[in-house]
Amino acid sequence: MTQAHPWMANSVPEVKQQMLSALGVNSIDALFAQIPEDHLYKGEMTLPKQLASEVALARHLDDMMARNSGTAENLSFLGAGAWPHYVPAICDEVVGRYEWQTSVFGSPTSDHGRNQAWFEFTSQIGALVDMDFVGLPVYSWGCAIGHAVRMASRMTGRRRVLVADVMDPERLSVLRNYCAPREMARHIEIVTVRTGADGRLDRADLKAKLDDSIAALYVETPSYHGVIEADPGGLCALARAAGAEAIVGVDPLSLGLLEAPGAYGATIAVGPTQPLGVHMYAGGGVGGFIASPDEERYAREYNTLNVSISETSGEDEFGFGLTLFHQSSYGMRDEGKDWTGNSVYLWALANATYMAAMGPEGFAEIGRLIMARAQAAARRIDALPGLSVDLSRPCFKEFVVTFDSAQVSAVNTALRARGIFGGKDITGEPGVPDEAMLLCVTETHSEDDIDRLVAALKEITA
Amino acid sequence: MPEDDLKRPRRLGLLVNPVAGLGGPMGEKGSDAPDIAARAEAAGRAGQAGARAARALAAFRRASEAPILAGPLPPETRAALDGEVETLDLGPTAQGRAETLAAVAAMAERVDLILFAGGDGTARDVAEANRAGLPVIGIPAGVKMHSGVFARSPERAGRIAAEFLAARTPRTDLVEILDIDEEARRAGQLSARIYSVARTPATRGERQNPKAGGGDMLADLDAALAGYVAGMVEETLYILGPGTTMAALKARIGGGTLLGVDLAEGPRITARDLSEDDLLERIPPGRPVRVVLTVVGGQGFVLGRGNQQISARVLERAGRPPIDVVCSAEKLAGLTPPELTIDTGDPALDAQLSGYWPITTGPGRKQVVRVVA
Amino acid sequence: MTAPIAKRSKAQFEGYRAARWPEPVVTQMGCPGRRGVVFEEAPTPELPKGAARKTAPALPEITEHDALRHYLHLSQMTLGMMGVSLFGTCTMKYNPRIGERAALKHLADLHPLQHPDTLQGVLELYDNFSDFLCEVSGMDQFVFQAGGGADAAYTHACVTRAYHASRGELEQRDQIITTIQTHPCSPATANTAGFEVITLSLEENGYPSVEQLKSVVGPRTAALMVNNPDDMGIYNPDIKEWVDIVHAAGGLCFYDHANFNGVMTRLRARELGFDACMYMLHKTFGAPKGGGGPAVGAYGCAEHLVPFLPGPLVVKEGARYRLDDDRPESIGRVREFWGNAPQVLKAYAWARAMGAEGLREAADLSVLANNYMDHRLAQVRGVSRSNPGIDAPRMEMTRHSVEQVAAETGCSIFEISMRMTDFGIDALWLSHEPLLVPEPFTPEAGELWSKEDIDYWIDVLEHVIEEAYATPDVVKGAPHNAPIRQLTTALDEPDQWATTWRAYERKHGQRMAAE
Repeated sequence: MTQAHPWMANSVPEVKQQMLSALGVNSIDALFAQIPEDHLYKGEMTLPKQLASEVALARHLDDMMARNSGTAENLSFLGAGAWPHYVPAICDEVVGRYEWQTSVFGSPTSDHGRNQAWFEFTSQIGALVDMDFVGLPVYSWGCAIGHAVRMASRMTGRRRVLVADVMDPERLSVLRNYCAPREMARHIEIVTVRTGADGRLDRADLKAKLDDSIAALYVETPSYHGVIEADPGGLCALARAAGAEAIVGVDPLSLGLLEAPGAYGATIAVGPTQPLGVHMYAGGGVGGFIASPDEERYAREYNTLNVSISETSGEDEFGFGLTLFHQSSYGMRDEGKDWTGNSVYLWALANATYMAAMGPEGFAEIGRLIMARAQAAARRIDALPGLSVDLSRPCFKEFVVTFDSAQVSAVNTALRARGIFGGKDITGEPGVPDEAMLLCVTETHSEDDIDRLVAALKEITA
Repeated sequence: MPEDDLKRPRRLGLLVNPVAGLGGPMGEKGSDAPDIAARAEAAGRAGQAGARAARALAAFRRASEAPILAGPLPPETRAALDGEVETLDLGPTAQGRAETLAAVAAMAERVDLILFAGGDGTARDVAEANRAGLPVIGIPAGVKMHSGVFARSPERAGRIAAEFLAARTPRTDLVEILDIDEEARRAGQLSARIYSVARTPATRGERQNPKAGGGDMLADLDAALAGYVAGMVEETLYILGPGTTMAALKARIGGGTLLGVDLAEGPRITARDLSEDDLLERIPPGRPVRVVLTVVGGQGFVLGRGNQQISARVLERAGRPPIDVVCSAEKLAGLTPPELTIDTGDPALDAQLSGYWPITTGPGRKQVVRVVA
Repeated sequence: MTAPIAKRSKAQFEGYRAARWPEPVVTQMGCPGRRGVVFEEAPTPELPKGAARKTAPALPEITEHDALRHYLHLSQMTLGMMGVSLFGTCTMKYNPRIGERAALKHLADLHPLQHPDTLQGVLELYDNFSDFLCEVSGMDQFVFQAGGGADAAYTHACVTRAYHASRGELEQRDQIITTIQTHPCSPATANTAGFEVITLSLEENGYPSVEQLKSVVGPRTAALMVNNPDDMGIYNPDIKEWVDIVHAAGGLCFYDHANFNGVMTRLRARELGFDACMYMLHKTFGAPKGGGGPAVGAYGCAEHLVPFLPGPLVVKEGARYRLDDDRPESIGRVREFWGNAPQVLKAYAWARAMGAEGLREAADLSVLANNYMDHRLAQVRGVSRSNPGIDAPRMEMTRHSVEQVAAETGCSIFEISMRMTDFGIDALWLSHEPLLVPEPFTPEAGELWSKEDIDYWIDVLEHVIEEAYATPDVVKGAPHNAPIRQLTTALDEPDQWATTWRAYERKHGQRMAAE
């Protein structure tokens, strides 16, 4: 290279020479003596041309990315695992800080600020779900479900889990991997419970399947289809009575309105963190949380990193360090815990900022607004000929639209031509007998947006 | 430590066996012979225990101001302490081994940790007199140091002691006290046995720097035992060796001995504390047998130290059965050199058994270690 | 000191002062009624009986400004890479800000379920970067779904299951072989995936022997998962033979390329025979670590494993890209959607700015800098190198030990590391567990840090070790120049730990009230 590279301080020839001289060797190649000759790659790397100049690189990225057309340019009603929520500007400012963007683990004293922000993430999640023990976030909601189910299996020594037959296929696919294939000795069987016409778990089917082989019941409210479970406490009680864990998946943005899982007897709560101040990023914004009572039998099963508040040798001062990293020998454990690793800890800082700025009233307000907008949209769409929404189902944020004759794929294509992304096409999924889409309406949608969607649907299906 | 003792500052008990280590340079396999001190003096040799204790105390004092209650100290140790030490009055009669026993007994309820300088013989005496179950840490100063109480260096022993006394919630591990069996040695047979167990400060490293981790090694071991028990087969006869790890395994299947060799038929203990002859008697021809062992002591023996009941003859009678070894990954990491040793008393059998053994370290986890004779 | 220079004064050497805000926990802040974000008013909806929340969540009530100030104060009390951080095994690189800006500008508002026609830019990014990494590794396809290096190892374990299941051999092949020096995520993920893990021990040469490997390879072998070089800087020269042995027994070979920085452009995993490999984009490829993600373990494999990859796959057809999710042998998802797109973009930007010549230069510089460090550290009192019998130059990092310093002064590497933070050097990486070297530390200079930075780092270590001998209490009492003092609560005790503010109030509130 002729120029020194802006990201490599020692690419200056004189500096290299200084270090080589200190070592008393003539060439850098001599330092690779450990690698046998026949391991070395002899060919030329055919890689695209180096773009060391930032202006050239920026132009290349801009050109390539101009081929996207996202939810800012279009009116989008896509949800189903990544949701269009408003991200307050301060969240971007906070996660953009180079200090914690570049941090690795460091130490509780030198990286104190980040550890405190982590603790504020767990503390505020704990306040939302009404539970005392919260781990640092995992990769996604689906991964949180997977870990929670494995926790339950270790705790109960049982190898079957009950889930709704209507479950987000993305999350279900993740869960399947966590449960291992049938051929494996430690396979966990996923057993589905029927979803009734009201969009809720069928109690009779659940009771029939809840026996002493069940490690956990996993239930979501709102469900994949957006349905609010009227009596989640009843479901949890059934699970607990069978000696199973009651795992509940919740949308944290619903918790200003809907009862907290900890208040109705859930034993483990999981959910997504992306709605709390993180952009969708083509799915790269997802994250998941796990919470439970602060009892040893739960706490000792967490695979997450766990941060605890601590006193320090200073006066009136808090510090924040890892707890349960040394999991001491507790009880009779037949299996190791899952792995811990890099997760989505930077997003936890956006989450903490978001929850702090929202406060209790912010959560109540956004919950009301989302329900009002979603229900208004549902009513208006149901009024269209050939389209229907089951208005008897209490829905939060998402709801199913069924089409009498129109094909959802064709409808979505036509909508896209009008600058609108329709809901996720769920035709053919379990519990969806007809052509149907899952529509998502949030606080980011104005009344005008709903007008525009309704008008377009009417025109397309006419 | 008892709640009501929290009022007094934590105190260190200190003990130096002045003759420890004397036998080594004289070609002895220990310093346990009653006349060892006199013979050493005649040979112009001075004991190293006092000096090694002084090194440990220097390291201790750098980190701790805890008061010390000591048994009789050699001058070089006393010098390192600058006189700031309370000495036990044991009366004129206590000397040698009796002195150690008396000192440890007198420390009960008065100290929170015993730091002693010596070897396996001293460790054994300390353990014997330590009815109060005080935690113990050894300054390596003897000829034989198979026991798990010894720190890697005198300085490390001092540091561990200081950290233990300063910790808000001091933690201990259970380790074995081993010694060469003197009677067997005199009969010309090198042989060790586990005499007792002691609590010693847990020294797992500070872990505020966690990158991805596979979990906790002790919990892993516990789970490994559960997994082993789950896999025990009804028709198989299991010869179960001694040690704390094995005792934990035995506790899961009816309870066995800590220091002895027991027998199980499937997941059930059927006989306890068996001698070589007992074992030979109880192995019916043709019955599938497995031997289950752990790594004994600090020097990486799996066979031939502390479990010599499982002799070459027993192994032959059992048709050279598969040997399963369970041991924590941490203990394996501490092996220098990184290998395990066997000594069945039959060199030909040892040679045959040598090689790479998969050692169970956790649930569904094995680590391969080279086993040498 | 913020920017080390070659000639510095004593005042500059000792001049660093950490930011120190007496910042309360956010849950202690605010006053009832104060707001940080407001929304349009909407009526209270009718909810099913029993579904409504009864007690409002105990969240802070603060203004937007309060929230911003609070979190910026916290960011200022995070050392990260603001000083010098040579945190080994993590390859501390510059995280170019252009990637940050581009991700926010171009990706923030994309939904993963959009029609591919509207995602052509990001799909092209994935395809281009897969091609780039295929050229670097010799593999045939890369995917970016795994949310970190450990998740990529987990992906491999899942692909291994699917591969053997497709051949009807999964029940038989229930063992994965790794080494004690391979990152703990390999055994942990293999174990989570249901395999028995066989770990090989190091021998005299610093790596396990071929004989040791042979002693465990057989019909139960599902895969080998190894890194090379290891964290001590030792390269296993038998690795090709290893791969042949495992292949002959019917197992797969996975190259954990966590330590890729020193061998970029010199080694290709596929040419060494491996079936799959993994790169950490938040490490080797310049994306930020974020204190622990979002991260990406880019997982690449040869053609015979492509059918099993997690989906959807980006497929190029003519000039268009589409997402192929109709892949019956695929393992499905290890995480929802198709990966941390912003991190992929940042890594791609880094890689393009480097090019082939930049990758070679970075590898060379990282190995040169590490050997320069070895050379200087050898002259520091009480510091020794792992595998002392091996004279060959190490790769991009080396494990060292201060066992002698600890023995002579009572100051452990942990305390020395804490004291170094007083000089603006973030805590050192010691070692993965179990510790094979006592009192270890593992620096990795990489290509970012200047010689002046590296010299400063070593000078600080040298200074702190001198302090350990002269005034050990200064080292033991460290940090003296951090936002807070040492933690004192016994965090492993159930009645002490509190991972939420509400747990803290419950456990410690009574005592607080009494005081």
